[in-house]
Order: sequence, then structure tokens, then C-alpha cells
Amino acid sequence: MTHPSDKVVQEVREEDGVVLVKLAGEIDMHRTPEVMQAVDEHMRSKPKRVVVDLSDVEYMDSSGVGTLVHLFRQVNSNGGKLILVKPNERVRSVFEITRLDRFFVICQDLQEALKQ
Amino acid sequence: MDDSWPERPSDAVDLSIPSEPRSLTVVRAAVERMAKMVGFGEPDVGQIILAVDEALANVIKHSYRGATDQPIRVRFQPTKGPNDCGGLLVLVRDYGKAVDPATIQPRNLNDVRPGGLGVHIIRSVMDEAEYSCPDSGGMQLRMVKYVRSEQAARG
Repeated sequence: MTHPSDKVVQEVREEDGVVLVKLAGEIDMHRTPEVMQAVDEHMRSKPKRVVVDLSDVEYMDSSGVGTLVHLFRQVNSNGGKLILVKPNERVRSVFEITRLDRFFVICQDLQEALKQ
Repeated sequence: MDDSWPERPSDAVDLSIPSEPRSLTVVRAAVERMAKMVGFGEPDVGQIILAVDEALANVIKHSYRGATDQPIRVRFQPTKGPNDCGGLLVLVRDYGKAVDPATIQPRNLNDVRPGGLGVHIIRSVMDEAEYSCPDSGGMQLRMVKYVRSEQAARG
């Protein structure tokens, strides 16, 4: 289990027009502002692809999902694509309950996501 | 003294937390244990955690408008449902701004935007979810989820 004080934004890097965001731990209303701030900084360059690695995310509530929706809208408005990588069953279940699985592109592998 | 808060049955767990988002992780851990004790498996355990978390987040955002020092009470109580199946009763009590329970409605999910998903999640995940305005002020949410028969059979 991730310690609550650990960073939820493990990495944000931009490479060849792709922004890769690695998240971890519990993304809830307490931690969401950190994610929003870290990601917003990299959205100014209007990347064509944003890949969010969720493989180490243990939990996500609707505010965490809201951050992904915010990102989805930003990327879409720039004509780009948001790709989510390897959400666990609980996180995937939140996407299903909120019916956002209709809009999100979900990959099971980071390499596959980078090739999209 | 809060007359609207029922006396705790011996098998129930009461938590009293501040309206501080940092507290949510503690409540999530507690409800996970309680749901498993009652006999829930996945995906129900994850969904109950989510519903309780969303209920508390709504209290912090709407009833207390982000104030972090206000009281919230939470109760987890094993219960019995139809056909004698087990279940978990959850009460969430706040003392903030009360609104007409009839106005607490989920929003249209075809509108892809952040926010406003909590009520939809609570109503989708739990078998019962009912808001009320106790005479002593604030709001109370009563939620119940029952163990599905195939989970009970697995023990």
C-alpha cells in the first residue's frame, strides 16, 4: 500500500509531442489538485497525445476521474488523443459506473499506448 | 448531544472525523474491512468504498463548503436484507447546510465534464440511498448494500 504522503504524480515528461504522466497511489479529492497542477503545466504546449499510466494507482474517486475528464477535454480540443494505461479493476469499475469507458481509450500496455 | 444519531448497536462501528479530505483514506480502510467482514467480495467491496468516499466528499464540498474542521459521523452496521441475506448499512451525518433531499439528483452522464458524479455513483452502487434532514440540523444519508446470493454461497 502506498503511504498517503507519497507523491501521486510520479513522473510527467514530454517527448516527441507525447506527454507521459505516471500516477500512483490513491487519487482522491485530497490528492487531485497535485495531479491537476502537474498536468496543466504540460498542456500549454498542446500535445497531440497524452498517455496516463495508471498501473500503480490503487484507488480513484470521482474527483480523480474528473481530472482525467478535464484532461480529455483539453486534449480533444487540441485535436489530440488521451490514452489511459492499465487501470486496475477498481479504477476501471469507476469508469464503467460513470460511463466514461465510452470515451476513454484504455490500453493494457505502455508500449502499445505509446504506439497509438 | 445529537438526538437524531441512534444509539450504536454492539455490532456497529462509529467513526467521528473532521471534514478534512485527508481523513477519507482512514474511512476507506475501515469500510473495506467492514464490507469484507459482512461477506462482500469484489467488485462490491471496491464499489462500497467508492460510494462512502463520494458521500463524504459531497459533505465536505457541499454541506461544509470546503471547511476542514467540521464534524462528520459515519456508522457501519451489519444488517439483514431480503431472503435473510447479509448487508451493510452506512450512515453519514453532517451538521452543515441542509438542502431539500428531493433536489439531490444525479446529472446527465452524456454531458462529459468533471464534477457532479458522486450522487450518480452512490445511487448506482448501493441498493438503497436516502437523504434526510434531521430536526437537529444538517443532513443524513442512509445507504444499504446487500450481499448477492452467489457471494454468500462462496462464504
